Amino acid sequence: MDLFNFTDGREGYYGEYGGTFLPEILHSTIEQLKTEFRKAKDDPSFWQEFIELMQSYSGRPTPVTHLANLSKKLGGAQIYIKREDLNHTGSHKINNVMGQGLLVKRMGKTRVIAETGAGQHGYATATMAARFGFDSKIYMGAVDVARQRPNVFWMENMGSEVVAVTDGQQTLKDAINECLRDWVTNMDTTHYVLGTACGPHPFPEMVSWFQSIIGREAREQVLAATGQLPNRVFACVGGGSNAIGLFQGFMDDQDTQLIGCEAGGFGPGKGNHAARLAYKDASVGVAQGMKTYFLQNDDGNMLHTHSVAAGLDYIGVNPILVHLWENNRVRFEAVTDEQVTEALKLAMRTEGVIPALESSHGFAQAILEAEQMSKDEVVLINMSGRGDKDIFTIADALGDEHWKTFIRQKAEEYGPE
Amino acid sequence: MALNKYITEQQATLAERKRPAMIMTHVVCGYPSFEDNWKELEIMQEFGVDLVELQFPFSEPSADGPLFVKANQEAIENGVRVQDCFEFMAKVTKEFSFKVVMMGYFNTIFKTGQRAFLQQLKDAGGHGFIVPDLPIDEAQELHAIAKELDLSPIVLMTPTNTDARLAELAKSADGFVYTVARKGVTGSNTNMNEEVAGFIARCKQFTEVPLAVGFGVSHADDIAFIGQHADIAVIGTAALKAWEQGQETALRQFFTALLK
Repeated sequence: MDLFNFTDGREGYYGEYGGTFLPEILHSTIEQLKTEFRKAKDDPSFWQEFIELMQSYSGRPTPVTHLANLSKKLGGAQIYIKREDLNHTGSHKINNVMGQGLLVKRMGKTRVIAETGAGQHGYATATMAARFGFDSKIYMGAVDVARQRPNVFWMENMGSEVVAVTDGQQTLKDAINECLRDWVTNMDTTHYVLGTACGPHPFPEMVSWFQSIIGREAREQVLAATGQLPNRVFACVGGGSNAIGLFQGFMDDQDTQLIGCEAGGFGPGKGNHAARLAYKDASVGVAQGMKTYFLQNDDGNMLHTHSVAAGLDYIGVNPILVHLWENNRVRFEAVTDEQVTEALKLAMRTEGVIPALESSHGFAQAILEAEQMSKDEVVLINMSGRGDKDIFTIADALGDEHWKTFIRQKAEEYGPE
Repeated sequence: MALNKYITEQQATLAERKRPAMIMTHVVCGYPSFEDNWKELEIMQEFGVDLVELQFPFSEPSADGPLFVKANQEAIENGVRVQDCFEFMAKVTKEFSFKVVMMGYFNTIFKTGQRAFLQQLKDAGGHGFIVPDLPIDEAQELHAIAKELDLSPIVLMTPTNTDARLAELAKSADGFVYTVARKGVTGSNTNMNEEVAGFIARCKQFTEVPLAVGFGVSHADDIAFIGQHADIAVIGTAALKAWEQGQETALRQFFTALLK
């Protein structure tokens, strides 16, 4: 299945989703991006350059690890994880960012901007900008700045300016709006490094392409390790870039089920979660450059969303995944904050791995299903990022007293400003 | 067509009114409140503005600058709904002589239903609509319905557009064309200079439709400049800023200075 063959439909559309909804002032900018991206995609040396960069700079290919202890404990399917957490900067975000960085060089631009939720994409962008010598500005919702300080620390130390966005809900969507405002002003010098497979065409296609490196590697690795294809593949879905990246490797394997795991937050009910497809609270709309499912009211104004994982706390979802969901190729499930914390604890205790809160959504759903499956079946989870960055949030969720004592001591040590 | 006719008539009276250009102003529905909107509009009527954009608040106003972002956000927090905006528009078009166009983002229209939205716009006495995040390539359906209902889709032309694109945009133009004087979002000042004049001249090569110039218009000099090169001066953020500083008194002072 070639998702990106638009000859029978409209370019940038996946079923009725996607499109390019941008202010007229960005028309020529997005046309240039489309042209350059098309050239790069058709040029095998570009992909080769990308692979070499990811190998030498980010440690690819990332391994696939068998979670033997966890599988045994659950007594069901054999659980494998794709270790995107072992990338430089600790998540899959670097794949897309380095790819776009190479494209920025080709376009001759000198400045990059990016939105970030959990901070992983901002962190990766700051890294790329430092490496390639671009100026960079990262927009991050003020709420997210408060909950993800460690990533902000690294971005600033790598030379990026981090702007705390105080509009709206002060989360990912507001950071995207602020990026668009910067871009309509500075498009001559600036490329907007969109972090997920959302937004106007060609971003969903472009981000999916760079992230497809995950699925290409994983399919071969699982085959080599188990002699079979996975029966089920799990990935968390915020914007949806790690999921589409992994799923692409198995798109033509009709016996492999693909499962997107959304943020169930406090559970169903408008305002309680960020599950666009698994719950019934979202509807089709047009915002942030694309037509897709949004958590919105009858007037088309966006609802508040909630998730323990900042990286999944988003109103919209990858239009390609919506199309695949409608065609019953991808199933969507929601996982609550509480289930996520339990899954994370289990992963740490049984296997010594620390999945990010985002990735823990995939773990939680996989654990639930693996238990019911037979021992000779195989499931694969995308461990899209590492949880070290979430130390403040996780410590709160676990109510860790030793951590609190440490923070109190540290605060005392710094004294008042 | 109704809008085109009105604009031609207003154009003809400019000399008599001692105005260098027609004036279009902007109000965000329900911000600070509908009562305040009404007072603003009374003053705008008093100063003889020709057109008013009524902005329907949206939660993601990505083409707007800080002041309008705040206005959109607070209007929504105050509970302003799409229906309230239409009811307000109906009262406004009944009471005042200036013509009204809707300004807003596409999701507001899409979610209401394109035909239902435009029918309500028509019923409320609106004459057209400005939707900055809807490129013409995605607007075929909306523009077709607009034509049926005799509503004008206001197309935006921008300095970054190629000649080929301007020609394409011109094909969809009706009522007037909103030319964006500079890059960026609404609200900051624009230096009205040769560059802007050159851009307006370039737009004129492709369309006969009257040209409005917006983004950063705030002084009498700007109006004079626009009068020389185009047809309609768009006053957005500057008027809201005046209102925020001192309500009726400040807004009257602002228009007095602007239109002296």
